[in-house]
Amino acid sequence: MVKLKIQKMIKIVKYVITDILRNKIVLVYTLFLMASAFSVFGLEDNSSKGLLSLLNIILIVVPLVSIIFSAIYVYNSAEFIELLVSQPLKRKSIWLSIFAGLATSLSIAFLIGAGIPILIYQANGIGFTMLAVGILLSVIFVSIAMLATVKTRDKAKGIGAAIMLWLYFSLLFDGFVLFLLFQFTDYPMEKPMIAVSALNPIDLSRILILLQLDVSAMMGYTGAVFKDFFGTYVGILFSLTILTLWIAIPVWYATRKFNTKDL
Amino acid sequence: MIIASNVTKKFGKLKALDNVSTFCNKGECIALIGPNGSGKTTLIKSILGMVVPDSGFITFKDKNILHHWQYRDEIGYMPQIGRYPDNMTIGQVLSMMKDIRNKKNTLDEDLIHSFSLHQLLNKRMSTLSGGTRQKVSAALAFLFDPTVLILDEPTAGLDPIASEILKEKIIAEKEKGKLVLITSHILSELDDLVSRIIYMQDGKLVFHKSIEAVREDTGEVKLSKAIARVMSNQSMVE
Repeated sequence: MVKLKIQKMIKIVKYVITDILRNKIVLVYTLFLMASAFSVFGLEDNSSKGLLSLLNIILIVVPLVSIIFSAIYVYNSAEFIELLVSQPLKRKSIWLSIFAGLATSLSIAFLIGAGIPILIYQANGIGFTMLAVGILLSVIFVSIAMLATVKTRDKAKGIGAAIMLWLYFSLLFDGFVLFLLFQFTDYPMEKPMIAVSALNPIDLSRILILLQLDVSAMMGYTGAVFKDFFGTYVGILFSLTILTLWIAIPVWYATRKFNTKDL
Repeated sequence: MIIASNVTKKFGKLKALDNVSTFCNKGECIALIGPNGSGKTTLIKSILGMVVPDSGFITFKDKNILHHWQYRDEIGYMPQIGRYPDNMTIGQVLSMMKDIRNKKNTLDEDLIHSFSLHQLLNKRMSTLSGGTRQKVSAALAFLFDPTVLILDEPTAGLDPIASEILKEKIIAEKEKGKLVLITSHILSELDDLVSRIIYMQDGKLVFHKSIEAVREDTGEVKLSKAIARVMSNQSMVE
């Protein structure tokens, strides 16, 4: 029984992935990542500087493309979903298959686009952390997009919500953090900041990578506290758990919503 | 075979289904009739599990459909407006459905041939006319030789020849002892098809009778006239 369910899921995932690959956007995304990574590494004579510039590109582009492409894809496959729901398939399998298909194809796109240049120029611990973080971010933002699209029926509203979520995570959140820091400037805020950083997967990813680069020495006392925490195995385990939760919770909640959605 | 008990569904303020209870047995051909917006499609979608009722439940072969998805293996559904992934061809849609249903031995490809769909396998769904789309929907509904057929406005958009082919197919399947649930506004074509009638209005089930009983009650032989009489009686009551 379970085996049959998994077989059916693999079939749907296969259809989703072939459908996405037929769409040229993912290819363009891969080429864009590759072009920017090669040019960044080519411009800087020091490849760890190049990695830093690439980090900033990845932290902006990967979440943006993942969330918007996934949102549009889910809305455009409304017919496909409708067709599948009237078939002997579990709703949960349909929804999770779409999630798996999107997550796999965007991760592969990232792995090829950014992975090849990184492995050529920086095939070390930092490079691999960066790849892992990029893949995690891709999957996290697919998961958030699934949540945004299941909540709203209207396509324009849903995509708008996806864009707002991206804006929030990549810009607004940092603004709030700065505001908080200035308000509580008289208090020791270093430790609470660790907890706050868990509320934003992009920030968490940035910290994870920056701490492995030498630049963390320039971040002052906060940097030292962060290094004490995130530099240890416990810290790395903590951030990986948090990032996994950022994948699991949105997609779990979206699946619950989808189970009782009217089509 | 299918039993609905006190099914209620609201879309915002609108009560699409208001405490509907009914049953459908094997070997029957049931017509769901009612004015536009009377809840026919919502009832069908509830049976298919595409719409989840607010209260009440539906059972299929004595199993609540809420937690059993396997029952849809026995249903062939033809939607009112067939919507398919635009960038897939007819052939790809057909093979995908075969792949998902995983029933390779008992395929019923009669309609694919009688609608000559096998000559259009490479056409993309987005380039198809409404009628051809309906043909694909019909072919898919019958393809897996299901025991229950649910047809929502099957002949809307089909040319006379195609709708005659479809009608004959429905009769043939009914003779095999299958349950056929059909909605249509073209009552004249239901005359020689249906054995029972469910009449709905404003989300409420008004009656569920055999066609003979409807004919007797109204004194009309033709179904279209009988239903016209029912409708005018209804509006007089209000």
